[in-house]
Amino acid sequence: MSQIETFYDVMRRQGITRRSFMKYCSLTASALGLGPAFVPKIAHAMETKPRTPVIWVHGLECTCCSESFIRSAHPLAKDVVLSMISLDYDDTLMAAAGTQAEAALQDTIDKYKGNYILAVEGNPPLNEDGMFCIVGGKPFVDQLKHAAEHAKAIISWGACASYGCVQAAAPNPTRATPVHKVITDKPIIKVPGCPPIAEVMTGVITYMLTFDRLPTLDRQGRPEMFYSQRIHDKCYRRPHFDAGQFVEHWDDENARKGYCLYKMGCKGPTTYNACSTIRWNDGVSFPIQSGHGCIGCSEDGFWDQGSFYDRLTNIKQFGIEANADVIGGTAALAVGGAVAAHAAVSALKRAQQKNDARKAAAKTQSSKTRSSVDKNEDA
Amino acid sequence: MRDATYTPGPTEDEPDKAKLTGDITESDFKHVSRNTSVYVYEAPVRLWHWTNAAMILILIVTGYFIGSPPPTMQIGEAYQQFVFGYIRFAHFAAAMVLTVGFFGRIYWAFAGNHHARQMFYIPFLQSAFWEELLYEFRWYLFLEKKPRKYVGHNPLAQLAMFFFMTVGLTFMLVTGWALYAQGAGEGSIPDDLFGWLLAWVGNSQILHTLHHLGMWAIIIFMIIHIYAAIREDIMSRQSMVSTMISGHRTFRDDD
Repeated sequence: MSQIETFYDVMRRQGITRRSFMKYCSLTASALGLGPAFVPKIAHAMETKPRTPVIWVHGLECTCCSESFIRSAHPLAKDVVLSMISLDYDDTLMAAAGTQAEAALQDTIDKYKGNYILAVEGNPPLNEDGMFCIVGGKPFVDQLKHAAEHAKAIISWGACASYGCVQAAAPNPTRATPVHKVITDKPIIKVPGCPPIAEVMTGVITYMLTFDRLPTLDRQGRPEMFYSQRIHDKCYRRPHFDAGQFVEHWDDENARKGYCLYKMGCKGPTTYNACSTIRWNDGVSFPIQSGHGCIGCSEDGFWDQGSFYDRLTNIKQFGIEANADVIGGTAALAVGGAVAAHAAVSALKRAQQKNDARKAAAKTQSSKTRSSVDKNEDA
Repeated sequence: MRDATYTPGPTEDEPDKAKLTGDITESDFKHVSRNTSVYVYEAPVRLWHWTNAAMILILIVTGYFIGSPPPTMQIGEAYQQFVFGYIRFAHFAAAMVLTVGFFGRIYWAFAGNHHARQMFYIPFLQSAFWEELLYEFRWYLFLEKKPRKYVGHNPLAQLAMFFFMTVGLTFMLVTGWALYAQGAGEGSIPDDLFGWLLAWVGNSQILHTLHHLGMWAIIIFMIIHIYAAIREDIMSRQSMVSTMISGHRTFRDDD
């Protein structure tokens, strides 16, 4: 492992000045929520640590995670981060193909047993013995299990690897299964999103390299530093939400004024991600800023939560599409109707009983003691 | 009946004439004097009932608006108005009062009389309960001429109270606090206590939908509860509505 160059070596070899390198370190520190005291620590780690070998495998996916990753707009990321890790196998990015590529994979596993990081983009389909996704002539699930066996840790890139995403959406014909349900004996970091934000991806890797440990994860296994708050919590349109000023229709005056997209089905209030802080494309914008609600792409099963444009999720368990209000309202109406009908019958019955009792009373007028008539009358 | 308070009237052979007030007749008095009352709902139970009812009403109205907000209002700049914020505040505040009330009610199940405990369990091992439940069903299906007398809840009411209030309110409290934990943020007390639920359910939209359906279940309970209380008050043999005000249950006959 000592032959592997350090990150700093690679950066300098690529013509990056020390000044730029220090800039990168401080930017990374602030992106990770660390104080200025950590900048030299990051720099030190970069200068002295050998690059971490990374095996990047692709299951059922669309490569949007890779596309996002290589476009990391963090000043040096596209030059540095890819070089920073020793990306020994990535069938999408590597020049080698076929036998050579598979040999590279096996070499890396053999050479760095227990020391490499396995990055998984996409997920394995389990139906038909995994035949829905074949890599190198074998089901992807086999490759995944093989590569995971000696991995130090696993990064689940994107919604596919973390939760299943579109290929696992109901009825999930291929039984696409998120990584943590297939590999259960390794630490797994979920970096959900469709795709995840590039700076989040590079940030997670940088953290692991700098501190030699996994970032703190939340209950769902996501790095807390990027996924502990909802988009809603840091949304710049939040004041309009609190004011009750909403876009009512696309292209209405409120949309032009940049009001809250809650009524247009924005999933910001239920989505944990860093879009409203880090934003996309070098911090240029993010969906809400562009006038479209969040679709909640970094949430578990987001394809199965009804329309992207409904605030209330449609429930399909009843065979028809209806939201909670339609179902509840219908049930309440039915119960209300039943109650009204029951009340009417009760009233009729009561009137009838009174009538019968009056007749009976007329017959037994002579009886002195209090008859059941009075009782019924008074009742 | 451990806590039963029996209020005896004057005996039949020496009716207290001085008590014949207003337009009361000798025959009226015979009824009045034989009426009995049992102290069923102690003050904390009644206080809880009405506080709970008021909070549920607030929660339903504000909760509905949180799901489907009122039309956009243009009172001023966004920083000058707080319409949706107040709606959400009312929802959260009422929910907190409801939570405290519910815990108070659970405390009173231990501290209060045995009627205070009835809401929290179903005596499903007693065959009499099921027999009486069937009878009550038949009474509501107009198959029985005469309802049975109950000091506390009848079996059908006990079943409804248990599932809609004890279980239902618990469900609404747990899901509601889990949703509140999202806004309170990681590391907050609501998150420490209820954050596990969101992690377990997965997507918060599902949690929102379940909480929303719970609201409709409570609306349905309200319809049935108010109808049944008024109907029983009119048609059954004991008082209903006033019992939740005075605490005393009175009976119309002594059969």
